[in-house]
Amino acid sequence: MLQIEVNGKSREVSAGTSVADLLTELELDGRLVVVELNRQIVRRTERNEVGLQPGDRIEIVHFVGGG
Amino acid sequence: MEDRIDDALRLGGRSFTSRLIVGTGKYTGPEQTVAAVRASGAEIVTVAVRRVDLDASAATSLLAHLDPEEFFLLPNTAGCFTADEAVRYARLGREAGLSDWVKLEVIGDQETLLPDVQELLAATRTLVADGFTVLPYTNDDLITALRLEDAGAAAVMPLASPIGSGLGLVNPVNIRILKSRLEVPVIVDAGVGTASDACLTMEQGVDGVLMNTALAAAADPVAMARAMRLAVEAGRLAFRAGRMPRREWAVPSSPGAGMLG
Repeated sequence: MLQIEVNGKSREVSAGTSVADLLTELELDGRLVVVELNRQIVRRTERNEVGLQPGDRIEIVHFVGGG
Repeated sequence: MEDRIDDALRLGGRSFTSRLIVGTGKYTGPEQTVAAVRASGAEIVTVAVRRVDLDASAATSLLAHLDPEEFFLLPNTAGCFTADEAVRYARLGREAGLSDWVKLEVIGDQETLLPDVQELLAATRTLVADGFTVLPYTNDDLITALRLEDAGAAAVMPLASPIGSGLGLVNPVNIRILKSRLEVPVIVDAGVGTASDACLTMEQGVDGVLMNTALAAAADPVAMARAMRLAVEAGRLAFRAGRMPRREWAVPSSPGAGMLG
């Protein structure tokens, strides 16, 4: 297991977890979300290839109501 | 109808029928949001970029309710206090894949939510260089507006009064000055409280009005949305019609001749 931070909260994921795996785990696959890994945007097409490392900081955002 | 087709709002290389842009914040729920947005007739609809709440079960995105095929969704950078932060939010919004447009807000003060124009200019330059269509929310200050235009902003969006204040158009003179000097569209953003404010704003000759709280905080947001739609159209038509001159003294409307002897 390795420790990462997702949307400001720490979380354990198994070694070898990709960004796409994390989204599946969070039941966010298929939803229009945007992912940032250590302040770099992870493009949709790269989610399978990008693996998570200990200490990674992930932000998962979407659109909400706003002016 | 033909009037409206002739009078399209041309913005960022696109053409829109409605000159009213609405936000989607502060509604009681997604159903009310969609009902109000539809009643407003707006085509451009702003949204915010925020963290997904991972604790909420089946957290639903606004997009589950607002169809990007029906509305042109415009991500904002609300809540950002620096150029860097605003650029970060803009890029996240673009990555959703709907467009490369951004409603750029860089706030300088928590209490008044007035813009930090230096950071706003810096962020505009960065985002324009990065290929964005940038619509910056700014003060009703001509010099800043000209700098934003020089920086490549697709429109300039001066405030009518502070965000969420509902004070209406407090300085129509500044707005007219700004409109007379800019080549890009001028869209008045923030401060409109009720339909007469929207109408008065459009009567200054600006290209559009953007509002959120005036609808969401109305007792009946859907009815107010319809009122705003009509007010924006009325104000635009009145501007194009050209109002009569003001006089200090009365001028009779009925003929003086033919009165009974």
